[in-house]
Amino acid sequence: MSYKYDSQARYARSHEWARLEGNVAVIGVSDYAQHLLSDVVYVDLPEPGDMLKQGESLGTVESVKAAEDAYSPLSGEVIEVNAALEDHPEWINEDPYGKAWLVKIRPTDLSELDNLMDAAAYEAFVIEEEEKGGH
Amino acid sequence: MGEPLIYEICRAGRCAVSLPECDVPETPLPEGCVREDLPLPEVAEVDLVRHYIRLSQMNYAIDTGFYPLGSCTMKYNPKVNEVAARIPGFATLHPLQPEASIQGAMGLMLELQEMLAEIGGFAGVTLQPAAGAHGELTGVLMMRKCLHDRGECERNVILVPDSAHGTNPATTSMSGLKVVEVPSDRRGNVDMAVLRSLIAQHGSRLVGLMLTNPNTLGLFDENVVEIIQLVHEAGGLVYGDGANFNAILGIVRPGDLGFDVMHYNLHKTFSTPHGGGGPGAGAVGVSATLVDYLPGPIVQRGEADGLLHWYMPPKSIGRVKAFYGNFSVLVRAYTYIRMHGAEGLRQVSENAVLNANYLQARLRGVYPIPHGDRTCMHEFVAQGILRDAPGIRTMDIAKRLMDYGFHPPTVYFPLIVPEALMIEPTETESKETLDAFADALIHIAEEARTDPDLLRSAPHHAPVKRLDEVKAAKDLILCYAPGCE
Repeated sequence: MSYKYDSQARYARSHEWARLEGNVAVIGVSDYAQHLLSDVVYVDLPEPGDMLKQGESLGTVESVKAAEDAYSPLSGEVIEVNAALEDHPEWINEDPYGKAWLVKIRPTDLSELDNLMDAAAYEAFVIEEEEKGGH
Repeated sequence: MGEPLIYEICRAGRCAVSLPECDVPETPLPEGCVREDLPLPEVAEVDLVRHYIRLSQMNYAIDTGFYPLGSCTMKYNPKVNEVAARIPGFATLHPLQPEASIQGAMGLMLELQEMLAEIGGFAGVTLQPAAGAHGELTGVLMMRKCLHDRGECERNVILVPDSAHGTNPATTSMSGLKVVEVPSDRRGNVDMAVLRSLIAQHGSRLVGLMLTNPNTLGLFDENVVEIIQLVHEAGGLVYGDGANFNAILGIVRPGDLGFDVMHYNLHKTFSTPHGGGGPGAGAVGVSATLVDYLPGPIVQRGEADGLLHWYMPPKSIGRVKAFYGNFSVLVRAYTYIRMHGAEGLRQVSENAVLNANYLQARLRGVYPIPHGDRTCMHEFVAQGILRDAPGIRTMDIAKRLMDYGFHPPTVYFPLIVPEALMIEPTETESKETLDAFADALIHIAEEARTDPDLLRSAPHHAPVKRLDEVKAAKDLILCYAPGCE
């Protein structure tokens, strides 16, 4: 299978992405993640003002198959959540790098970006995962 | 054929009962308690009976067919259990009767406590919890209280492998503790290197670890003794999820491996009714460390009078259920254990493991089995992925199995295996049944290549066709109550 990647984003091994836009980081889940989840039916997001830590759960993405935690790829304060996903969880399947962003945060430690993969490294990681999974 | 809803056969004025004329003075309901808009269905008796009989005949049950639902141990429930549960001396008891009048029932509970303790290798057992997850909560609350009593109140982390049952992290959260996930290694065991580093990182804050063993990959963790030692050395306790106990009865005792606490799913391993036929029972066994923390009341024999008494352990976490647990379910589990005896229970597990390995061997090469090189326990996880039928997914295969008259296996669990098909045949199935099921799955793999649409639009012979699961999850209609025509 081939999946979409956003070359401007950096990726966590748990399949979330973060994209810097000025001094704000936009966070979402990858195209590979939405493909594994299949049809998303519910999204549970944090509140503006919540503090996120890199690698810790920021919310839940639930599909017809499973409910999975989404882990924050960066630490920081939530400044905006994508409330439209409440009515349109299917956007995660349709446009995971665009209108289905989950939260925007003010990152507290940009050196954490070094723990994330660029698009090329993440693509290689996904291929490895696929082989491990027997796809 | 679709069966209409009860509201759709409702006709104004019809009634299934005719009550005799009232021969006492009528007292009206209090003001505000009378509803004019209560839309109860109005149906004649014969239509009512036919409606529910037809629905019951559409039901798929272990008494009508093979039910290989992984991790659920949908084993056949012997009918002698039902006979025992209906003995009037058990069936007509009231939970508030004085001890002296229920010595027989209490004796059954005492013996069941002792038999479960013996089978699991534990020092004490409570029969109160009403289900497996309830047993988990009971166990983790005991672990927490024990550590608090030692003055170690800062401990708030529980390690949970990614091959655990989903209830394990849920239980941890319900107990106010923090879940830290431990990944599996390539062989499907707990990744020991990561476990060591997580214990080093969280050591002084560790409540313990919850281990499902055999795990949800159907594999017995090869390092279980070392895992338990590492957690104990860090001052933590180890919880055993006994939902997969059907694989090891009479072969391994979890208490001997070092587990501090484990729940037994009486409604899985010990053949009491399951799911809609419940209620369940999730007895919990503990090591000597935790025996004073068991919820009460449990049954004890009085040293002075030789009679049985209700007993509340000194440091008990308290009651976890009203009265004494689901007593009639306990009668069934007791009956099952006594009918089998020690040798028979061992044979149950040997046959459960043999059946699973037979199916795994027959499906090897047809469907990917990520850990198929290992001997599985009572279940195994295949994948609904076929190289030359790329559009077909696990759900299509599961739905098509219904057309062959089988209940589908557990699908999309465990989460660590993409497109999982988790198959647990249980010990009671004959070779003929196992072969028929394997033949169906092999035939379906062939159909996936030659006629994929047949799978994508399955089931074709079920009362309802493919359901729109996205719509069902997003567009909830929980109440159907139109006015009568």
